[in-house]
Amino acid sequence: MKLMAILAGAVFALGTVSAAQAQDYPSKPVNYIIPFNAGGESDIAARLQQPVFEKLTGQPMVVQYMAGAGGAQAWSQMNGMEADGYTIMGTNLPHIILQPMAQDVGYKTDDIANVYFFQYTPDAIIVPKDSQFKTLKDLIDYAKQNPGLVTFSGSGTNSANDVAKARFDKLAEVTTTYIPFSGTSPATAAVLGSQVLAGFSYTTAAINQGDQLRVLAVAADERVPSFPDVPTFKELGYDMVGGAYRGIAVPKATPDDVKKKLSDVLDKINHDPDFIKKMEDGGFVLINVPFDQVPDFMAKREKEYEEAAKVMGIAKK
Amino acid sequence: MDKLVYLAEALTPLNLLLAFVGVLAGIVIGALPGLSATMAVAVLVPFTFTMEPASGLIVLGAIYTGAIYGGSYSAILVNTPGTPSAIATTFDGFPMAKRGDGALAVSLSTLASVFGGLVGALMLMFLAPPLARVALAFGPPEYFWLAVFGLTLISALSVGNLMKGLIGACFGLLLSMVGVAVIGADVRFTFGSHMLLGGIDIVAGLIGLYCIPVLIDLVATRDPHLKVEGAQTGFRLGEALSISWREKFNLLRSSIIGTLVGILPGAGGSVASLVSYSEARRASRHPERYGTGEPGGIIATESANNATVGGGFIPTLVLGIPGTPPDAVILGALLVQGIKIGPALFSAQSPIVYTFIFGLIIGTLIMLPVGLLVGRYAYKSIIAIPKAALVPTIAFMTVIGSFAIHNNLSDSAVMLGLGAIGWVLNRAGFAPSPIVLGLVLGQIAEQGYVQSYLIGNAQHNVLGMFFGRPISLVIVAFALLTLFYPYIAKAIGAARARRSRTDIVVESRNGTPS
Repeated sequence: MKLMAILAGAVFALGTVSAAQAQDYPSKPVNYIIPFNAGGESDIAARLQQPVFEKLTGQPMVVQYMAGAGGAQAWSQMNGMEADGYTIMGTNLPHIILQPMAQDVGYKTDDIANVYFFQYTPDAIIVPKDSQFKTLKDLIDYAKQNPGLVTFSGSGTNSANDVAKARFDKLAEVTTTYIPFSGTSPATAAVLGSQVLAGFSYTTAAINQGDQLRVLAVAADERVPSFPDVPTFKELGYDMVGGAYRGIAVPKATPDDVKKKLSDVLDKINHDPDFIKKMEDGGFVLINVPFDQVPDFMAKREKEYEEAAKVMGIAKK
Repeated sequence: MDKLVYLAEALTPLNLLLAFVGVLAGIVIGALPGLSATMAVAVLVPFTFTMEPASGLIVLGAIYTGAIYGGSYSAILVNTPGTPSAIATTFDGFPMAKRGDGALAVSLSTLASVFGGLVGALMLMFLAPPLARVALAFGPPEYFWLAVFGLTLISALSVGNLMKGLIGACFGLLLSMVGVAVIGADVRFTFGSHMLLGGIDIVAGLIGLYCIPVLIDLVATRDPHLKVEGAQTGFRLGEALSISWREKFNLLRSSIIGTLVGILPGAGGSVASLVSYSEARRASRHPERYGTGEPGGIIATESANNATVGGGFIPTLVLGIPGTPPDAVILGALLVQGIKIGPALFSAQSPIVYTFIFGLIIGTLIMLPVGLLVGRYAYKSIIAIPKAALVPTIAFMTVIGSFAIHNNLSDSAVMLGLGAIGWVLNRAGFAPSPIVLGLVLGQIAEQGYVQSYLIGNAQHNVLGMFFGRPISLVIVAFALLTLFYPYIAKAIGAARARRSRTDIVVESRNGTPS
């Protein structure tokens, strides 16, 4: 079935070799490549975008997966794909900034033509419900008395969770230990089973565990709708806002007017009431960063992550 | 028995039809190497959005069950596991097919899969909340030891040639390290190639190491693919049933192992079937027959891997943590449907949950007739197709299948490269199974080891992490038992023989038997 989709896509691609026409974009199905496995945050968000896209444009959006090397597999191949706006790809921060910074992964941050950033999942500190840490202050006090003893589980190395832990250590002036797991699920399971004392995770992951977990703080600008009682880091005096940002990019050679058109469609999706509700219920925080604001947004993030990278000791090559 | 209300809800004609179509589609997808259960479920998710939540879940569950079972066809008939869960099915399935018992092997796999699937689903229905706690008790050290336990199977698989088995396993472990490390993000063994950054995909490795050498040999020799003379193509159901009855303890033990391992996020069907295969072999009266076409081997692996379906749903539905990769996709589908997952799901949404579980049971039962029919047809056609047509067809499927894993040609290249290496190693006497075991278990072992070390180091108690936890110690004990069982069995036998001799001496001295 997957093959059918690919073959169908190939036939479509062959059938329309003519240059992309921006005014009637999209006039055929759009392939939306997720550089991760099905079932993750990127996939869920894409699945929520899919029906709204089809409602707005009348064209199907075909979600495909091209997982590997934490997304690098897909991103390093993106610019070789057809640049007509009918191949679009999910992009993630800090991945596309930190990966090329740490080593040669086959693409540079500037190679990726981001069109729109539409959501982020704020970092959150989670502890099991019977944890000794009732508030963030409990945790910080304990960490100050016992340097290195507080273990945080998280998903992957040089990931958003890893960055969050490094920034937290610096802001709170503590030393903690980060334990990377192969994904958000095993990292959350480690917290639930008290294998680690706490975890750096996202609001989206915390929401699925209900009262089994306690969220100590969320790294958002203001309290997120799904966790009205959990304070933000800012409220507690730590200037920490961030998480994993997700956007959509196209092959670099895609004409600017097509990029603009795509950005407009994505913007409309982001303002669909039903979409907003489902995203917020899932713990996502929507942001609207259209095509013309992307360079600003990226510059800001790059500066942030460069600072974190210095703390984490990622070599700049 | 208030749950029976939900049985009626699951039994609507539409749901039955959906379960039937789902199982059939799943079997076909699972049988094609490279097309995995995860993919089957992911492709169908959008179609379920227009359905009722319960119907959508039933069709997804049916596809998942069917795909895990379908993986055994290609394992038995062409020596290539259709999904990683069927790795251990090749050990005995293909030798059986080769000697003309393919039909029997498929029937056995069907019976075992249905039984295992039912055990898993029933445990999901009745024991889910307490069993979910088991999943949480498993920390990094337990995963590490579980993988080590799986690796001890190498000693059993390479009887008579332990050295080559160990070398093969080390090669497999090296293969598992290729690419960007999960922990530390170091780039290892890529030789500067971006192609290898993502590591060696397990499915690509499976197809290459198992299938390509078989294809090359088929081309290089005059022998037919499977023995045709004397091959019985009937269902051989009676025979399969009596073998299953003889192996009832094996069946039950493997199903329970399958459910329990399925509960552990990050272990999955491949580990479950390897562990139960290893246990079945140890408990068997004829362990030496395992690996040469012993029906007990198929029963163990196929019941275990289908039991992981029900087992995997336990943490998925109770904790909101997917037990297996397809569960992650199904969890995503639930979220999109607007269903709140997590601990409250079982109480707050019990109609959907129980309708789904009954749907899973119905899908598993439908697998029996559908599986027997499809299996018979598959076996007949594999025998009937001339070699000149079979080899190119399978060769084409291996390339397509390995491409389909990530829509990426580099996986096909890796598959072909490993295939060539596998063929050369095969000729030198290195079997593919130890290499595959290393590849599959290497990552679990490595991550478990480094995480345990990091946590232990933070707590200044590294040794305690590895050797101070009760569950770990139990797994270590089982691993040691498996490793040294041949020696222990010999020692016990010798001791028994000695004692019976002394008993006679004692009796004769006292004059009265005690």
